[in-house]
Amino acid sequence: MSQPEAALFVTCLADLMRPEVGFAAASLIQRAGFTVVVPRQGCCGQPNYNAGDKAGARDLAKAAIAALERFEIVVVPSGSCGGMIAKHYPHLFEADDPWRPRAERLASRTLELTQFLARHPLPDGPKAPAGKIAYHDSCSARRELGVLAEPRALIAAHTDAEIVPIADAESCCGFGGTFCVKYPEISARMASEKTAAIAATGAGMLVAADLGCLLNLGGTLKRQGSPIAIKHIAELLAGEP
Amino acid sequence: MTALDFKSRAHAAMNDAKLAPALKRMKSHFQTGRAMAAARFPEFEMLRDRAAAIRRRSIALMPDLLERFEANATAAGMQVHWAADAAEACAIAARICRDNGVRRAIKSKSMATEEIHLNAHLAREGIEAIETDLGEYIIQLRGERPSHIIAPAIHLSKEDVAETFRAAHGDLPPGRDIAERTALVKEARVKLREAFLTADAGITGANMLIAETGTILLVSNEGNIDLTATAPRLHIAIAGLDKIVESWDDAGIVLRVLARSATGQDMSSYVTCLTGAAAEGEAGPRQSHIILLDNGRSAMRASNKAEMLACIRCGACLNHCPIYAATGGHAYGGTYSGPMGAVLTPLFDGLRENADLPNASTFCGRCQEVCPVRIPLPMLLRHWREDAFAAGIPPRGERWGLGLWRWAGRANWRYRLATRAASLGLRLTGWWQRGTIRRLPLAGGNFTATRDMTPPSGASFQSRWKGQR
Repeated sequence: MSQPEAALFVTCLADLMRPEVGFAAASLIQRAGFTVVVPRQGCCGQPNYNAGDKAGARDLAKAAIAALERFEIVVVPSGSCGGMIAKHYPHLFEADDPWRPRAERLASRTLELTQFLARHPLPDGPKAPAGKIAYHDSCSARRELGVLAEPRALIAAHTDAEIVPIADAESCCGFGGTFCVKYPEISARMASEKTAAIAATGAGMLVAADLGCLLNLGGTLKRQGSPIAIKHIAELLAGEP
Repeated sequence: MTALDFKSRAHAAMNDAKLAPALKRMKSHFQTGRAMAAARFPEFEMLRDRAAAIRRRSIALMPDLLERFEANATAAGMQVHWAADAAEACAIAARICRDNGVRRAIKSKSMATEEIHLNAHLAREGIEAIETDLGEYIIQLRGERPSHIIAPAIHLSKEDVAETFRAAHGDLPPGRDIAERTALVKEARVKLREAFLTADAGITGANMLIAETGTILLVSNEGNIDLTATAPRLHIAIAGLDKIVESWDDAGIVLRVLARSATGQDMSSYVTCLTGAAAEGEAGPRQSHIILLDNGRSAMRASNKAEMLACIRCGACLNHCPIYAATGGHAYGGTYSGPMGAVLTPLFDGLRENADLPNASTFCGRCQEVCPVRIPLPMLLRHWREDAFAAGIPPRGERWGLGLWRWAGRANWRYRLATRAASLGLRLTGWWQRGTIRRLPLAGGNFTATRDMTPPSGASFQSRWKGQR
C-alpha cells in the first residue's frame, strides 16, 4: 500500500533564510507516514495583503492555490503563513468568484506543522536532547489558529526539554512582517521587552514555530550578546543539532 | 492637534523617561484587573457574545431606535437636538448656554465633547467649562488631551499633578504638603466642590441611550457625573449616534461587560440614569437637552468599518495593545488612542493625515481577543490599509516593492530567480561581514539597526530539494 501524500508549503522565510527548517519539516512529515511533495511555489501573499494591496494578494494566492489544491493535506511550518491560507484566503475572493470555493477547499486542508503532527503523530523514538528551553507562541498560531497545546505536547513527547514559561507570553514580539522595518523603534522596544522576559527564564534556547518571530528575537538576542540560541520547532523535533 | 507625525510623536514618547514606567503600571493594573474579573465570573464569555449581538443589532436598527429614543425622551420632557458634525454640535451647545445665560459650566468626562473640541468652542463664546473628572481636570489645567480613554491622565505621575496644582491653584499655601495621592484628591475636591455649587449648567456625555424610555445612562467611579447632571439648573448631554440601545435589558447586558473589561470592576461605582427634566418642586435640572452627534458615524455605518460603531469605549483594546504600551496615547494624535483610535481617528481627522495609525500594528490580534463586543479590530485596520493603498497613500517605494513582489510571484521562475539572487546577496554580505550581517542597507537598514541577521547557510530550500514537481 502506498503512503498518502502531503504537500509542504515551505514559506519564503524558510526557503530563503533558513532552508534547514524546510528539510526538518519534510523529514518530520515523512516520519509521520507521508510522502512529502514540494510543489513549485512562491509567497502566500501576506506581505501584499497586510499592506492593503488586496489585488496583489489575490494574484499571489491564486498562484499558491493552483500549486497546492491537488493535495489532500498541505503542511506549513509557520502559523503566520498557515493562518494566511487557512483563515484569510477565503476572504480574498467575493462569494460568487470561482476562486472562492477553491480557496475554501485549500483553507480546509491546510495545517500548521504542529497541528499536522498532533493529528498524525510521529513514531516514538529516542528523545532529542534539548535542556531548558523557552517556547514562544506566535500571535498568528496562538490567536488565528488556536495553536497552544500542540507544540508543547510535541516537545514533551519527543525531546527531553524542560519548557520554562516566558512572562507576559501573550504579548507580541514586535516582528509583524514589514512592521519591523516600517516602525523600527516600536518594533525594537517590543522585541527587547520580549528578549528580557526570555533571558529571565534562564533557558538556553528559544524555540518557536514561526521564523518571523525567531529572526526578530534571535537577531535581537545576538545583537545584545546573549548566548541564547534559537531553533525552529521543526529543527528541534527532527533532532537537528 | 500637533503638527508632528505619528512616528515623531512615538519617538518622543518612547524617549520620555517618566512615561515608560507609567505605561507599565497601567498595563499590568488593567490587564490583571480584567483577567481577574473574567476569572471570577464564569458567564463572562457568554455575556460577551450577547453584548456583541446586542450592539450589532443596535447599530443595524440605529435610525429607527434613535427616532424611538427621540419620541420617548421628548415625551419625558427632554429636548433632543441632532448635530451632523462637530461644528453644529458645538453651535447647538453654545446656543443653549447663551439662551440660558450660562457663564460657567461643569463637565463630566466625555469623549464626544473631546471629539468636537467643545471646551475650546465654549471658551471662544465666553463660557467657562470646568472638567470634574479628576483625570480630566488635571489635563485641562495642563492644556493636554486625554492619553487614555478611561484614565485620561495616565501619563502623569503624582509629582506632575502636584506641580500642576501648585501652578494653577493660586490660593494653595506653599507650605501645604500635597505629595500623596489622598492630599491631591482632597485639593481637587475643594476646587471642584466650589465649581459644582456655582455652575449654571452641567455638560455630560452618555454611555448609552435607551430607546424604549428615552433614558440617558452614564457610568462613573467618582460620583461627579451625578452632580454634574443634577446639581445645576441646566443639563446638556452630548452623545454619538452609536450609543443607542433598544431596551433596559440590553443596557443591563452591556453594563455587565463594560466595567469588567475596562477596570476589572464587576460594575462601576455609579450608574446614573436620567429621563426627562425635573418638574416644578423636584430636585434636578429644570431643562435637559441631548445633542445627538453624527460626525461621520452614519457614513461609517454604511462602510466596511461599521462594526466599529458597536464599540462601548471600555479601553480594553488600549490596555492590551503592545503599540499603545510602547507609545502611550498622545502619539496617536487624535481624541481616541490605541486600536480603537487607529480605527476612529482616520474617520474623524482624515486618512491621509493619519495613515500611520492603521499601519502601526503587527496584527497581533490581542485587541480583538479582549474586546467585550468582539470587534474584529485588526480586520478594520486592514480595511483602512486597503483604502489607503487604493488612494495611493503609501510611499512610492513601498508600492513599487509590492508590485514587484506581486509580479515576481505570478510566475514561479521569477520568484525563484528573486530568491536565488537574494540568497546569494545575503550570503555574500554575510561573508563580507564575517559571518553575521550587522548592517543591511535594505528598507533603510531598519532590520539590522537593532538586530543581527544570520545569513542563509546555503542556497534556498526549493533549489536544493530533489524531485520537485
